[in-house]
Amino acid sequence: MAQSRGSNSWIIDRVLPVGTVVALIVVIWYGFAVILNAPFERDQAARADTTLTTMQMVQRTMAQERPVLPAPHQVANEIWKTTALKKVTSKRSLFYHTWITMSSTLLGFAMGSLLGILLAVMIVHSAVLDKSLMPWVITSQTIPILAIAPMIIVVLNAIGISGLLPKSLISAYLSFFPVTVGMVKGLRSPDPRHLDLMRTYNASQPQTFWKLRWPSAVPFLFTSMKVAVAISLVGAIVGELPTGAVAGLGARLLTGSYYGQTIQIWSALVAAAILAALLVMLVDLASRIVMNRMGMAR
Amino acid sequence: MNNGAIVAATFFWVAAWFANGMLVRLNPSNRLLARGINLLIPLIFGVTLIVVWEGITVGFNISPVLLPSPTMIWARIVTSTDILWADFTQTFLKAVLAGYAMGCLSGFAVAVAVDRVPFLRKGLLPIGNLVAALPIVGIAPIMVMWFGFDWQSKAAVVVVMTFFPMLVNTVAGLAAAGAMERDLMRTYASGYWQTLLKLRLPAAMPFIFNALKINSTLALIGAIVAEFFGTPIVGMGFRISTEVGRMNIDMVWAEIFVAALAGSLSYGLLALLERAVTFWHPSYRS
Repeated sequence: MAQSRGSNSWIIDRVLPVGTVVALIVVIWYGFAVILNAPFERDQAARADTTLTTMQMVQRTMAQERPVLPAPHQVANEIWKTTALKKVTSKRSLFYHTWITMSSTLLGFAMGSLLGILLAVMIVHSAVLDKSLMPWVITSQTIPILAIAPMIIVVLNAIGISGLLPKSLISAYLSFFPVTVGMVKGLRSPDPRHLDLMRTYNASQPQTFWKLRWPSAVPFLFTSMKVAVAISLVGAIVGELPTGAVAGLGARLLTGSYYGQTIQIWSALVAAAILAALLVMLVDLASRIVMNRMGMAR
Repeated sequence: MNNGAIVAATFFWVAAWFANGMLVRLNPSNRLLARGINLLIPLIFGVTLIVVWEGITVGFNISPVLLPSPTMIWARIVTSTDILWADFTQTFLKAVLAGYAMGCLSGFAVAVAVDRVPFLRKGLLPIGNLVAALPIVGIAPIMVMWFGFDWQSKAAVVVVMTFFPMLVNTVAGLAAAGAMERDLMRTYASGYWQTLLKLRLPAAMPFIFNALKINSTLALIGAIVAEFFGTPIVGMGFRISTEVGRMNIDMVWAEIFVAALAGSLSYGLLALLERAVTFWHPSYRS
């Protein structure tokens, strides 16, 4: 009984409203596609000395080669063509480019998370570092790091480091910050009474860390990792821009903008969005499993 | 190799470390003094960082193409203030400020409107949360195609980037006022607008400022990255990408210095404003 009511309210509270809004967005998208692409068609018709009926006009605006705004089905079609109908290893396959971006995202995310955890552990255990490093960790994020992405890549290329690592470094720089901030909070989250209890047990500092501080910081770790994985994807995409558009979703964006291939840009954007959603969901899944095993499921 | 510079930098580092260690343990009872020490410690750390950087670049003779020394960067900043100012005007004063204002205001307005319709709120919030996690900078090439090379296209990117954090945070903030306070407003027979202006908006302010702070960095990033896709021959993103190509890395660092200064100053300004507006919040009441 409770179960069925639960699933019912899930439909009313989530599926129905979200579905309506998504449907609305698609309708608005089609509307704008017609409006924005119409001038080109009118121009064409005027040159050919023909007049188009409204229906013809609407049809043509949705089938342009290089539309100002491609219609949703054009983007979906392009994605279908570049994923299902191409070999995965082909350079025209969207899977290939997504894979390149994802691998540097994940490497950067792993490095950033490790660095973030390490910094947080140091900050929590040293009063000097807490007061001197923490303000700079915060300041480091007011620097628009993405702006220096091209420099990092070109400079590292100059000393012979190329490929995955430079892109991942940018992702790592972006993703360490939320992890550090979250973990400092998390490692300090144990109740003072629990810390006192550890003291009465005569626990050493490593023991207190592994048996009390670390377990209580795990929920914070996963929350901040969700943010971190999303921005490390942004870092990877921007990191691909200055490499001369070789491979990856960022490169697809750049070549698309060079050659006016709007459909290609949009399909790369959709692929990036799907990848971001998948990565965040993956971290969420990992957090659920770990929390269940630790008996902390909410 | 220049051993003197390395030794000096190492010596400075050790001295600064000890000084900070002593300052942390000082713990004075005087409040003003304590605050001064809390400012001094990160300052010493920052200065140490710059000295070590200088020591390493000079000491190991690192080529300025790889990593210029702080003195070189400073010399470049001083000699090319006019270029830096022109880029700053183009990118920050035009694109970032216009886009930031439009994005935050529209996000706020939509949030207040959506808040009145629970159905819309339930539908928009998950989507807004999803979009806030997406790599929105990717729309930069599209905006450059639509709005041209000048600052308008950069402002458009900034608008889209700042809109969703503002929307999500404001909607969450408007739900933050407690049920008791709302009941009280009802017993006062206050209408929707009165409740909104006197209770719910003030209660939402911490959330709104959170979004404003997130957006202040996002806006700068959006404008600079959008310039990589096409721009007139002025602007911070343009300067960075061309000077990288010409291997003038010190000029790139000069632009980064300006960007960091602008980012930190706007963040600090927002933090001060937040303190003034949400003086009632527990985190400021000590």
